[in-house]
Amino acid sequence: MSAATLRDPAGKVAGGVRASTLAERVFRIRESGIIVVLAVFVLVTTLVQPRFLSLANIQFILVDTTVFALLALGETMVVVTRNVDLSIGSVLGLSAYLSANLFTVSPGIPIPVVFLAGLGIGLACGLVNGILVAGGRVPSLVVTLATLYIIRGIDILIVGGKEVVAASLPGAFLQIPKATVFGIPDIAIVVAAVIGVGAYYMRTFRSGRDLYAVGSNPEAARLAGIPVGRRVFTAFCVSGGIAGVAGVLWAAQYGTINSGAGTGYELQVVSAVVVGGVAIFGGSGTVVGAALGALLLSTISSALYVLGISPFWDQAIWGFLLIVAIALDQTITERLTSALRMRRTRHE
Amino acid sequence: MSAAGDVAGDGQDRETPAGDVAPGGTGPEPRSPGEVVLELRHAVKSFGAVRALVDGSVELRAGEVHALLGENGAGKSTLVKILAGVYQPDSGTLLVGGQPVTLHSPAAAKAAGIAVIYQEPTLFPDLTVAENMFIGRQPLRSGRRIDRREMREEAAKIFKRLGVPLDPARIARGLSIADQQVVEIGKALSLDARVIVMDEPTAALSAAEVDRLFDVVRTLRADGAAVLFISHRLEEVFAICQRATVMRDGKHVLTDDLTGLSAADLVRAMVGRELAARPPEAGAGTPGEAVLTVDRLTSEGVFTDISFTVRSGEVVALAGLVGSGRSEVARAIFGIDRYDAGAVTVRGQDLRRASPTAAMATGIGFVPEDRRQQGLVMDMSVQQNVALASLGRLARGGLIRSSAERALASDWAVRLKIKYGRLTDPVAMLSGGNQQKVVLAKWLGRGPAVLIVDEPTRGIDVGTKAEVHHLLAELARGGVGILMISSELPEVLGVSDRILVMREGRLVAEFSHASATEEAIMSAAMGQHEEAA
Repeated sequence: MSAATLRDPAGKVAGGVRASTLAERVFRIRESGIIVVLAVFVLVTTLVQPRFLSLANIQFILVDTTVFALLALGETMVVVTRNVDLSIGSVLGLSAYLSANLFTVSPGIPIPVVFLAGLGIGLACGLVNGILVAGGRVPSLVVTLATLYIIRGIDILIVGGKEVVAASLPGAFLQIPKATVFGIPDIAIVVAAVIGVGAYYMRTFRSGRDLYAVGSNPEAARLAGIPVGRRVFTAFCVSGGIAGVAGVLWAAQYGTINSGAGTGYELQVVSAVVVGGVAIFGGSGTVVGAALGALLLSTISSALYVLGISPFWDQAIWGFLLIVAIALDQTITERLTSALRMRRTRHE
Repeated sequence: MSAAGDVAGDGQDRETPAGDVAPGGTGPEPRSPGEVVLELRHAVKSFGAVRALVDGSVELRAGEVHALLGENGAGKSTLVKILAGVYQPDSGTLLVGGQPVTLHSPAAAKAAGIAVIYQEPTLFPDLTVAENMFIGRQPLRSGRRIDRREMREEAAKIFKRLGVPLDPARIARGLSIADQQVVEIGKALSLDARVIVMDEPTAALSAAEVDRLFDVVRTLRADGAAVLFISHRLEEVFAICQRATVMRDGKHVLTDDLTGLSAADLVRAMVGRELAARPPEAGAGTPGEAVLTVDRLTSEGVFTDISFTVRSGEVVALAGLVGSGRSEVARAIFGIDRYDAGAVTVRGQDLRRASPTAAMATGIGFVPEDRRQQGLVMDMSVQQNVALASLGRLARGGLIRSSAERALASDWAVRLKIKYGRLTDPVAMLSGGNQQKVVLAKWLGRGPAVLIVDEPTRGIDVGTKAEVHHLLAELARGGVGILMISSELPEVLGVSDRILVMREGRLVAEFSHASATEEAIMSAAMGQHEEAA
């Protein structure tokens, strides 16, 4: 995008309606940036190792992404409000164990009930986060750092040295990540649909827009009569609920669940969200971008595995991408601000 | 649906003085005998032991612009926040349209038809202009989904009515303060507000922007809105308002037609004493040798080829519109921002680029535009703030001696007549004028050779303003070279020996104290292509 195109449409209001705003164009560019990085990784890896683009591997990547993409959806709703939810890894772990354990405790339990149980566990955790952040006015970084440890502690107390093994889980449950339609994993389609709904909600409903307003300028949001506390509370509940459901999916995917399930996921998800173009200080970014960030995360791990490169590089590359994303974010914001300033001061 | 489209309808049964508005007129405009739309009677508000408002009373009529005047600390802000629903008065009555109301929240104030536009508008930088106006009440289509198209069209309609070419689809980030205010006004219109409170809307605007704002205010008034206008600039009050209410020490002093009042009357009512109307005459002594030399300073896209000198004992004003690059030049000189070419010399010594430490070492002091964000550490005490720039001198063995800190602070507090409770109180507790004195004290404590002051009297009451002007003149007499940036022409004309004018990043004119007039400076600042909007 050249400076000229930014400056050109100046103050022309005329009809007053232009389909795409400058902001939307920039966001689109941010998302296409991820797609470019993704394409480069896929291309380079495939050139070295054609097996990378095999159907089996693509399916593996997509399934691997589902849990992260779901978590990224919830995390985006929180981050957009200028908060952060660090407890999601622990919530996922707790939900994974408790829900999978239901098959042992009450054999023959319907699978949807297990998913509901996971959702309930997640909601309960999100509720606590939400009350403390929105009601107690404690910074979310502190609250969710605390609940990260507390929930993991509870998990360890309950699980102890035990673990749920695949043998104790019903075949239909373990089959969930494996089912495909035309080669595409069912859960990838479901998760993509959920992401689509999330994106549409954030864009098209007042309460969704409120989330952006809260993160963009909390004080102004309060003055504008937006129920800031309620919106932040809801965001944490959604994030917790999603982490709970993701826990059940995780259990179905891995089959073996001990007290360490989901450890460290919170940071991976936060970085996927940031790489996906969501501003870490709130106010901007999309769910779709965050999901693409999660897809990139899985793709890179898979690419390195296929290429036989040490998993150490996985984290190093990921860290590098994080820095690039943040630097890019900074540059874009600065450019955008000065371009927008130009656009109005040279009017009339 | 929002009532954005039919705002004007509300005023049609009232007498609207649509045609008789003389744009840019100097005298008070004729008063319109509208009905009383809002009345606050004897409001009282205390914060702990501090009585911020003792008797807050104001009456607003439809189709009038009503000035609210008073020194800082007179209780204007408290009164405004009561009208905004931010504070609830301890006692007193508020009548809107003749009915007593209680405003529990900003939302309640909005529902009652009261919109408040703050000096620094509170927009959402990441959202579009249209969304900023309609947040929380966006027009909907089926399924409670936001109708973006409708929202943009409504916003465009309002801007058209206001005669302002703002694009509703752009995001708010990067809007000038003037445009941000226009967005806020648009929001008020879309809310169908009958009462619009403007809290020092012109403090951060250039003259051209003020003119444009006034056009908008006249439109509002012609449509039958009641506007409460708060400003420290009396010439603006006379230019736009019909009636005025003056407050002093939290009490209502007078409410009257401006036609029968002079500026001197208002000032007397505000301060309760006579003041020298004009700032002190400058240029008493003859300037000495050059203390600050700026040579062909250029920062790509910000300012170009800026050269000037400031001599010892001289006050040089840097005038121009907001956004012309004045503050940026000052920031570059002091080493806050980088520049691409040119040189800065202080007392014959070349200044290293982008190093405020180097600038301070050579004897420059810098009083920034935004004292709350840049000039002070609001949570620190008065004495810690005064000592901030002198810590090196006050420390012994790397430890700061608080006795030395206190001695320095109390010395300057007396010399600058700073009003404070205790030197250990947080500086946030001081009034705006006294805060500004603390910033000045911070630099004067270093004995600077060059003092750069950016908008030194913004948002400061008339009494303290005069004191600051005297202080600058006195410093100059003592041999300090002063570079002053100011958007207030009377201040520029009254205080400075020489006036440099910037336009779009370039120096375009220079006037001596004797040859300068408001008209000459303004036409230089705006250039021949730009008519006053």
